[in-house]
Order: sequence, then C-alpha cells, then structure tokens
Amino acid sequence: MAATASRPSAPAPSEDRLGGARLVDAYRAMVLARALDERCLSLQRQGRIGFYAPHAGQEAALVGSALAVAAEDWVFPAYREMTVALVRGASLQAVVDQLFGDAGDLAKGRQMPNHFAFRDQHFVSASSPIGTQIPQAVGAAMAARYRKQAITTITYFGDGATSSNDFHAGLNFAGVFRAPTIFFCQNNEWAISLPRERQTRSSTLAMKAEAYGFPGVVVDGNDVNAVYAAVRAARARAVAGDGPTLIEAQVYRFGPHSTSDDPRRYRADAQVEEARRRDPVARLRAELLAAQLLDEAADAALAEEARTRIGEAIGRAEATPALEPLSIFDDVFAQPTARLAEQRTDCAAHLAPGGRSS
Amino acid sequence: MTELTLVQAVNRGLQEAMRADPDVIVLGEDVGVNGGVFRATEGLLKEFGADRVLDTPLSETGIVGSAIGMALYGLKPVAEIQFLDFIYPAFDQIVSELAKMRYRSGGQFPCHVVVRAPYGGGIKGGLYHSQSTEAYFCHTAGLKVVVPSTPADAKGLLRTAIADEDPVLFLEPKRIYRSVTGEVPDGDHRVPFGSARTVRAGSDVSVFAYGAMVPVVTEAAAALEAEGISAEVIDLRSLVPLDEEAVLASVGRTGRAVVVHEAARCCGFGAEVAAVLAEKAFYSLKAPIARVTGYDTPFPYALENVYLPGPDRVVAAVRDTVRAG
Repeated sequence: MAATASRPSAPAPSEDRLGGARLVDAYRAMVLARALDERCLSLQRQGRIGFYAPHAGQEAALVGSALAVAAEDWVFPAYREMTVALVRGASLQAVVDQLFGDAGDLAKGRQMPNHFAFRDQHFVSASSPIGTQIPQAVGAAMAARYRKQAITTITYFGDGATSSNDFHAGLNFAGVFRAPTIFFCQNNEWAISLPRERQTRSSTLAMKAEAYGFPGVVVDGNDVNAVYAAVRAARARAVAGDGPTLIEAQVYRFGPHSTSDDPRRYRADAQVEEARRRDPVARLRAELLAAQLLDEAADAALAEEARTRIGEAIGRAEATPALEPLSIFDDVFAQPTARLAEQRTDCAAHLAPGGRSS
Repeated sequence: MTELTLVQAVNRGLQEAMRADPDVIVLGEDVGVNGGVFRATEGLLKEFGADRVLDTPLSETGIVGSAIGMALYGLKPVAEIQFLDFIYPAFDQIVSELAKMRYRSGGQFPCHVVVRAPYGGGIKGGLYHSQSTEAYFCHTAGLKVVVPSTPADAKGLLRTAIADEDPVLFLEPKRIYRSVTGEVPDGDHRVPFGSARTVRAGSDVSVFAYGAMVPVVTEAAAALEAEGISAEVIDLRSLVPLDEEAVLASVGRTGRAVVVHEAARCCGFGAEVAAVLAEKAFYSLKAPIARVTGYDTPFPYALENVYLPGPDRVVAAVRDTVRAG
C-alpha cells in the first residue's frame, strides 16, 4: 500500500487503532447514538415525530467508519447514518430539528425523518430510493481527483442495496475509473423482511468487488476498531490513487426496518436475542472497563449526559416554530419560474384569513 | 456568423463551453474516441483530453449518477444519453435524485447537470430509436426541459443550459441534425429559457410546435398561405419553463390554436398547452383547440410516416380549426 504521510488531508498513518481518549470518544458517540435511537422510537410511538428508521446494532460500524475519514471527505449516506453526521460535527439540535421537520431543519422539512443533508459536514442529502447514492459518490470522487484534491468519498448502504442497479453501476464505474471511493456496506442481515441469504447467492457481499476489479473486505461491524482499521486502509488506498474498496461490515439490525415495520412477521425473537449478545455498545463498554479507560461511574455519567442533551434538543425542537407554509415553493429551482410564482400567489390567497378557497 | 448544421452547432456549443470553463466535463457512451454516434462530441477528446471527455461503460444509471456526484462536488457535467429511448435506466437518477436534490436539501445541495439526448422519429430507427417522451420529464418538478429546432438555438440554448444553475434535459431533434442548416452567431451566443420564438407571424391561427415538428409546421404554413389562411408559427423551444405569455399573446391575436408534437397524444405536452389556453384564453377562442400528434400506439418502424405528423395532417387540422369558427 502506498504511503499517505505526504497527504495533508489524511489522518496520521500511525493511528491505525483508536485507543485511550479517542476510544472513549468513540464510545461516547455510540452511547449517544443508542440513546437517541431509543428516544426516537418512543417519540414516533407517541406521535411526536412522524417516522423513524432505527440503527441500534450498527453503532460501531457507524462511529468507526465516521472517525476513519477526514473532514474534507464527502459522505453519501442512506438513511440510518445520523450518527455519522453527528461524528462529523453536525449539531444534535440540527439532527433533532430534521426529525421534527420544524423551522430549524436545514432541509426545511422537505423529507421524512432520517433523510438528512448537512452541507457543512459534506454530508450529502439522503433519499429513500435504495442505492442511488452509490454512483453519485463515485462521480464526486472522480471530480475531486480531476481537481487534484486528495480526498475520498464514502457511501453507506445496506445488504439490500447490493441488488440494486445503482450498486452495480457505481462499483463498475469506480473500478473502470479507479475512483477514490469507499463503498461501506452495512450488512444488517435484513432488507425489511428479506434475509441476507435470499438477497444474493454470493457467500459474502464483499466478494462482489472482485468482479469489478478491486478489493472487497469483510469486517466485524460490532468491533469499532476493526471497522476503523478497515476504513483507514481503504482511505489510504483511495488517496494514494490505488482505487476503490468495498467494505462489508457485518452487523445486525436489532429493531424494525422502520416504525412502519413489524419484524415479528418474518423473524424469530430468538434470533434477535442471539444477535444482542454481540451488542457493539456493550462490547466496547466491556473493553473500556477491562482496560480501565472507563469505570462504572464514568459510564453512568456518559449515559446521563446523552439523555440530558437529547432531552434538551427535543425540548427546543418542540418549541421551534413550524415552517412557513409558502416555503414549499422555495428551492425548486435557483430562481422561481413564472408558473411557480403564480402558484405561490394562488396558495397565499388560499391560506390568507378569509381568503378564496379555490 | 457561421453556417452550421444542428449537430455541428451542438458540437460548437460544447467546445466553446469547455474552452470557457475547465469545470465543464462531457461524459457518455462513445463520446470520446468515436466522437458520439451522431458526432455531436467529435474532436472534443483530442482538444480537451480524457480527463474531460469520458467514454463511460454502458450504463445510463452510472452516467447520470456519476454526473450528479460531479455536479455536487462543483463541476458542470454534460452527460450524453445516446438515444432518449435508452434513458430509462437513469430515470430514477434523473427524477428521484437530480431534479429533487436542491429541494430536498433545503437548497444546501444544488445539482446542475445537463443531460443531452437525441430524440424523435423520422430516421428509420424503429421502436427504440425514435420516441419522444419529453412529457415524462416535464411532469417532474425541478427539471428544465428545452428543445432546439435550429442550429442557432441549438448552440444558444446549450450554452444557457451549461451556464444555468438547475438541471436541464436538453433534447436534440436527431431527424434534423443534418437536414437543417443555418447561421449560428459566433462567440458566447445564448438563448434564454422560457422564451418562445415566433417563426412566422400570422393572423388566423396560432400553431405551436417544437423540435423536429417546427419545419413540418413551417411547411404546412406555407401551403396554407396559398389557400389564404394566415398561420402564426411559434417554436416553444423551452417546455419547462414555458413561455405562457407568448402562447397567450399569440392566441389573443388569432383566436385559434393548434398544438403539434410527435409524441403520443395522451398526456403529451400539447395537453398542457391546451389546458393553459383553456384556463387563461378561453374567451379569446373562436374554435376548439386542436392537437396534431403521434398516435397512442408504440412507435412503429416500417410505418413511421403514418405515425409521425406531416404537413398534410397539420394543414387539415388548421383548415378544420379555421372553418370551425
């Protein structure tokens, strides 16, 4: 593998493991992720947010990968990656405002919860169609190389996405153009109701990279340092000009696909209980306790800190004004067309007190 | 001024845009070494190199998907889809992603990609090299759709498309790629979007068309003049945004309207023009609005001349409209 020490954008190559305070920071991010996930599920059940897609079971994959890339890298997420945005510096308030679709949402309430966009964090707008972000990440990587900027793009997707058109198109383009892209597949075993073994006959998802002419690696997605090391290695390859890497992080989706899903229809509770024995948050907690990087009191304080921050953010979101109704006409184009301006005027008349009703 | 064919004008527009701005990148199938199957990108690889003229694998999803990523990063990609008939693998990228990126991110991620695609019949291309499915795209909020019918407009609209801040579907009437020649202004010639062009003035009836139907309608108008019917021919050029003002002003003068396109009738763009007239010019109308369009059949190969509107069908529709009131 080519050295990356001369690249100012790459983290220092000696840091191939998270240790000490950085590992505790990773744990703090994972604790926050778990607490936020649990709270969001209850907010949805209480009718306070409209929808939620949980990520419990994927915290090590999310945090380990997010810490392994650089601030100037670009992220092309799916819809379980709020934790990646938080690790990259998006504010918890901005995340919660998106879930509530209030006036504080940077995306102006245009999308369901979980479909985040954070320009300042190079966290590209997520959509619901599966896999569409994959070739986009390749194009952005090609553009960065054209501009001679030694960065990488990382795109997140699940096991289901490996059957999509866009997965194959994206990986093929990346192989042909040797794009500096990291394909980060979180194989959480379930694409809504379809188990991993029904998604593909391939024995791993990572092996699909071989057909496109670049490496694919399998990593234990419950091990934050294994994920971190795999993404660091992929990033070093990418910025050195050695092309893309597919990483399959093997995890398990503890919760439903979304709050609209009932997983008891297609999988046994026993399987979930078995997977929970590999809980990535509990695993790192045990490691930190054993290494004496954390004690019970400090752990309890971290959990309390997370709950407090989340509670405060939710309180502020619920006190934030609703979006201005006529804002639905903004951002269709850079400048509104005459037709949109006319429709905006009609809508304003309709919304005005005593306004016309047509 | 330089005399060019329509496809040469497209080529010139690309070349000048690339000379003016290093962020302009061309990608697509066979666009590099081969210069495009219609030669629209001929010479670009030689002048600008393989970093800016990308021969891509055979995947429309990959072409448009990667172009979106390039645009998000700040480049100005111009993606070629070899035939509009082959755009559907990229439909999700265009409709779900490209058109919605600015909106769904609250304006944080504008995404300016120009997608060029030859469209339309009359080249013996059969079912899959002939269709005119612009209406699918006009129905999608966030996407601009333009169609030149002259070499000057081909270059002028293309330069505008590449300089625009929004995604643009640039449809090229391949039937008249080489059959139409005309004077094209040299230099940075731009034709604004949302501005229809009056091809010929008339007083009895307004005939609206775009792309390869413009010469058909113009020929019909000449024949009608011999019968004493004065037809005004309007080339819409820009479907989204539509120049409603020009459409309404013309019908305000003539009181009659015929809309012509080669796309199938059902939910074709003519339905939109007719609806605008019904909503906003009803009391100016002396006769029912007529449409002359492709039929609601798939595009036939051997009998394409039966399917495609010709001057005779336009003449007949105009006569009926003028006689109706």
